Amino acid sequence: MKAKQQRQIFYIVPYGIWLLLFVIAPLMLMLFQSFTTSNGHFTLGNYGAYFGSGTYLRMTFNSVWYAFLITVITLVISYPTAYLLNQLKQKQFWLLLVILPTWINLLLKTYAFIGLLSKTGTVNSFISFWGVAPQQLLFSDWSFLLVAAYIEIPFMILPIFNSLAEIDPRLSQASHDLGANKWQTLRYVIFPLSMPGVKAGIQAVFIPSLSLFMITRLIGGNRVITLGTAIEEHFLVTQNWQLGSTIGVILIVAMIVTMILTRDRVRKNIRK
Amino acid sequence: MSEKQVPIIAFNQVDLSFGDTHVLNNIDLEIETGKFYTLLGPSGSGKSTILKLISGQLTADSGDILFEGKRVNNVPAEKRKVNTVFQNYALFPNMNVFDNVAFGPTLKGMNKTEIKNKVKSMLDLVKLGDFSERDIDELSGGQQQRVAIARALANDPEVLLLDEPLSALDYKLRKSMQYELREIQQRLGITFVFVTHDQEEALAMSDWIFVMNDGVIQQNGSPEDIYDEPINHFVADFIGESNIVDGIMKQDYVVHFVGKDFENVDAGMRTNERVEVVLRPEDLDLTTIENGKLIVTIEDQSFRGDYYEITAIDDDGNEWQVQATNSATMGARVGLTFDPEDIHIMRFNESEDDFDARLESYEDDDES
Repeated sequence: MKAKQQRQIFYIVPYGIWLLLFVIAPLMLMLFQSFTTSNGHFTLGNYGAYFGSGTYLRMTFNSVWYAFLITVITLVISYPTAYLLNQLKQKQFWLLLVILPTWINLLLKTYAFIGLLSKTGTVNSFISFWGVAPQQLLFSDWSFLLVAAYIEIPFMILPIFNSLAEIDPRLSQASHDLGANKWQTLRYVIFPLSMPGVKAGIQAVFIPSLSLFMITRLIGGNRVITLGTAIEEHFLVTQNWQLGSTIGVILIVAMIVTMILTRDRVRKNIRK
Repeated sequence: MSEKQVPIIAFNQVDLSFGDTHVLNNIDLEIETGKFYTLLGPSGSGKSTILKLISGQLTADSGDILFEGKRVNNVPAEKRKVNTVFQNYALFPNMNVFDNVAFGPTLKGMNKTEIKNKVKSMLDLVKLGDFSERDIDELSGGQQQRVAIARALANDPEVLLLDEPLSALDYKLRKSMQYELREIQQRLGITFVFVTHDQEEALAMSDWIFVMNDGVIQQNGSPEDIYDEPINHFVADFIGESNIVDGIMKQDYVVHFVGKDFENVDAGMRTNERVEVVLRPEDLDLTTIENGKLIVTIEDQSFRGDYYEITAIDDDGNEWQVQATNSATMGARVGLTFDPEDIHIMRFNESEDDFDARLESYEDDDES
């Protein structure tokens, strides 16, 4: 028995080391730095600077607002798609097509959109066909939301698809049998039962969207400033690692809050 | 004749195929109000398919499905006045017991008090009055079963369809649910259509049984009719235990099998027609060799609680199952006896209509 436990400990050693070096240690460093001055003394000044500054609070609000918009757009597109995919005969194949873009590097996809949306890009040359003058499409809120949503959609579709696929088809039969039409069945039976997938999808989209920075720069043209952008600035440009760490900690707290809000409530009742 | 009641459900030459498999073949049936019907057959016989055609989960390829005389082939499930108790109950796991039972009444637009009363009376009917606030996963299989019945009945269906509802329950629970279902059916006075593969269940509960195999109704009738006068090898074998041997109908009321002539009560067949002979194990008695109509050797026996199941072999090598109250001696040679009316004769490929017609013809003869 004891030997077995020892062997099990052995299995987690590689990942344990990884976790320690690349997750726990950096987090500790970040937390430590957020409470120090540049010459290593303890201070709450970084947090004071953050909460005292209208700019940072506006960035925080911006981050949350855009992450929210991206999540809503993705959800509105993904739920019907996942529902439809589930009704198809070759659903695994169609799902694969949805997942496929996630295998391509994020930067590549972003640059592809620059090619599509720029003044001399595909979209503009297409609309100029009908005599419309070239439009400024890049570097706008809309192009930022479009590209961010495009990138996040597969991460929303997948968990919703899975939770829909797990629903016993006999439940919709039972619902029809009891007099519910398609819409009522969706509303009272299917949608509530797919909530775990919706919540997982919201987590998978909202949390990464909070710290988007590359798309804000390349597509949003720095018009959209989020916390992700601010962290990048502090670490790479102004070299103020202490304040960068502070924003990082705040971002992590925001993520934890989101996870708590969207987690599956554990049943209070104990199964017999 | 014009006074004849319109059957609540009727099938008129209904056919259904899934790809190359013919699941239902030219089904005709009539179901009257207020009776307990059973569709009995092995898995894949088409019995659940008939249920799904009645409820509207499936659509027939051809033929008519009539509800109170009106064709309903294209009426969607939610608009039919039938409700189903599903095999695995299909209760909504996101709702508690109350909300499950209230699902139908709520959709119908009943007001809150009406719904409350309806749910309460339904839960009382299935003896789950105190369970309305429970979650589904807190219930045992038997309790889930009862919720499923209450939920289906809460819609006031004219026909309740039950798709093997008892198959997941243990033996004792199944037995008591059989009585309870029968009681509920009689109290409400609505039609039940019950699907099962368990012949004992079918015989115990039904007013009328449809025996199905290979997408065809093999025989329909009261439990007694089907048990006493099985029409063919399949029905005889499927309903109860049977000894089936080949025989020749020498003339009316004389049948020849295992090398001897026996007096019996069947008639209306050709002289020297090849037939199958059925003898039920409970109709056979062990006796002395002198009194025996057949001489057999005891091969095996097992104690079944209320009787011994004895396997014996005659000199031609035919196996005979006998149910006896007393145990027998292994390897002993004994006599086997039975009465003329215990011999049931089955013709090969006789249809139900021909069977009924023949029965009537010689029963009339007897009376004249």
